[in-house]
Amino acid sequence: MSYAGPQAQAVDHGAELARAGAHVQGWGGSVLYQARRHPLGALGLLIVAAFVLVALFAPFIATHDPLATNAASSLARPGGEHLLGADFMGRDMWSRIIYGARISLIVGIASTLLGCLLGVAVGLISGFWGGWVDLVTQRVNDVLQALPLLVLALVMAAALGPSLQNVIIAISIPVIPNVARVIRSNTLALREMPFVEAARAQGMSELRIAVLHVLPNTLAPVIVLATAQLGSAILTEASLSFLGLGIPEPYPSWGRMLSESAAEYVRTAPWLVIFPGLAISLVIFGTNLLGDAIRDILDPRERS
Amino acid sequence: MTQTAAARLATGAEAAPAPAAEPVLAVEDLQTYFYTRRGLLKAVDRVSFSVGAGETLAIVGESGCGKSITALSVMRLVPSPPGRIVGGSVRLRGRDLLRLSEEEMRQIRGNEISMIFQEPMTSLNPVLTIGNQISEALILHQDVSRKAAMERAVEMLRLVRIPEPERRAREYPHQLSGGMRQRAMIAMALACNPKVLLADEPTTALDVTIQAQILELILELQQRLGTAVVLITHDLGVVAETAQRVIVMYAGRKVEEADVTSLFDEPLHPYTRGLMGSIPRLDMPETGTKGADRLQEIPGMVPPLNALPPGCAFAPRCAMATEKCQAEYPPYRELRPGHWSACWHAERLMAGGA
Repeated sequence: MSYAGPQAQAVDHGAELARAGAHVQGWGGSVLYQARRHPLGALGLLIVAAFVLVALFAPFIATHDPLATNAASSLARPGGEHLLGADFMGRDMWSRIIYGARISLIVGIASTLLGCLLGVAVGLISGFWGGWVDLVTQRVNDVLQALPLLVLALVMAAALGPSLQNVIIAISIPVIPNVARVIRSNTLALREMPFVEAARAQGMSELRIAVLHVLPNTLAPVIVLATAQLGSAILTEASLSFLGLGIPEPYPSWGRMLSESAAEYVRTAPWLVIFPGLAISLVIFGTNLLGDAIRDILDPRERS
Repeated sequence: MTQTAAARLATGAEAAPAPAAEPVLAVEDLQTYFYTRRGLLKAVDRVSFSVGAGETLAIVGESGCGKSITALSVMRLVPSPPGRIVGGSVRLRGRDLLRLSEEEMRQIRGNEISMIFQEPMTSLNPVLTIGNQISEALILHQDVSRKAAMERAVEMLRLVRIPEPERRAREYPHQLSGGMRQRAMIAMALACNPKVLLADEPTTALDVTIQAQILELILELQQRLGTAVVLITHDLGVVAETAQRVIVMYAGRKVEEADVTSLFDEPLHPYTRGLMGSIPRLDMPETGTKGADRLQEIPGMVPPLNALPPGCAFAPRCAMATEKCQAEYPPYRELRPGHWSACWHAERLMAGGA
């Protein structure tokens, strides 16, 4: 940060105001304004938006049926009929990556939502009511957090068996303690705020105060956390699938596409490894950029 | 209403001199103790007072004298642990609030007794709109729809003279100035038309120019709605302008009580005298002895509540203190009609000695 000093040249008030966002109007206007201030975040938003659109409109973008095998085009090179080549079974890589976005998106969003929902509930209860509930949940959280996210998800996935539902549950469990921590610490500070006492003086019940007054105040950090979790959930799904505990065949998952090909074909048909890897990297990159920008935008010290 | 008026007319002179009916709020021998590691703290020790409809009672005292805890005790919002209301009664139109269940008490809070807090900056929830927060109390206590509650909220904002109430109702607290926020707090407190309003230093956090406006507003609305007001303050200037009766508290106890004119004309407790001596006055003689232009102060500090002296709590700071004061707590005596004081030497003050 620099500080205002005497100006060498005349100040263009209009330009300064525009830079400070004085003319920003409406929702679209503020998105554009923030995009200009956080160009990397805008790039992230673009990547994530493209990813979501691809997932939504997969049937229109894919050129082949992602599950259809074709012996004739086994290990076809990129270009020609198969834009990104084809795998051992002759399935079109482009189409499989497009449909793989669906799996990644579903798993990412569903597990993040589930994890955040449960994490918020746990954090709010243990922070607002405290006592032995707080003690127990915090110790359970400690144990969960002591294990790496992937190991925990691995154990969960192995215990539950591979299926879309179970993968989502397995990935969401490790999210809970992270979210609960943040919500709890926020709640601890918020419950001492005068407006909570004012709400009590209005005759509100404790439950109502927790849900109506404390919860909305904790949502900003949850949004930040959720965006960051989205990327790591997608990565965890890919890792689980890579290890054979993720989405079962024949659904295309980026992680398993990698693992199937990595050992045998990395030398002979590298496109089978490169393209799913690129897809994963690109989406993680996008969500991370977006998450960072959202954190900056929601940071009260950045707001004026 | 008309019937009682008619009845009053019929009985004529007999009914007229009757004292201001039954008090709306009557607090008797209230004792709120805090059980802490440092020992037993008698934050409120046998405090009694009552307020009638449309009347304003001021509770005055230094920080930590127990005035806020008194208000919180009436609301039954003393944090427990460590606090506990161990004795006394709080009667709202004859009903003892200390005997109600928590559920019943919630029906009273914000509905029959409301409270305004000191900090308008943090007493409003930053993520909810003003209109939303005001209508909350209405939805809670009165059987109204969300839409009707919102309309009433706008009406309340207009009542507390916030310009453009329709727009302000949709705004968030950070978009309002401190004075406006306190107005919004008042609107919130009065939304359900409570019988009693507890105002805990409502103007302390505000700009001096805004203070007068807010006080005027509270008084005006009190007259209009017939609310009984308990005003907690350390500002004697505020007391003089607003209250009919005054209680002076020191170290958790009442030390003096009188109507506002008697208190200012003839304070009968050295502590009250000390408080008055420490306010700047425009009519103070300019010429005089050395140091006449220096405000008087009360030497020393309020004793910690866990180490109160055996006698009068004010004795260590009092210029008039004698051995008797150190040894024995003075009785609370009615020295003039309606004027009470807890001082062994009140008669000397009555005689007009300086």
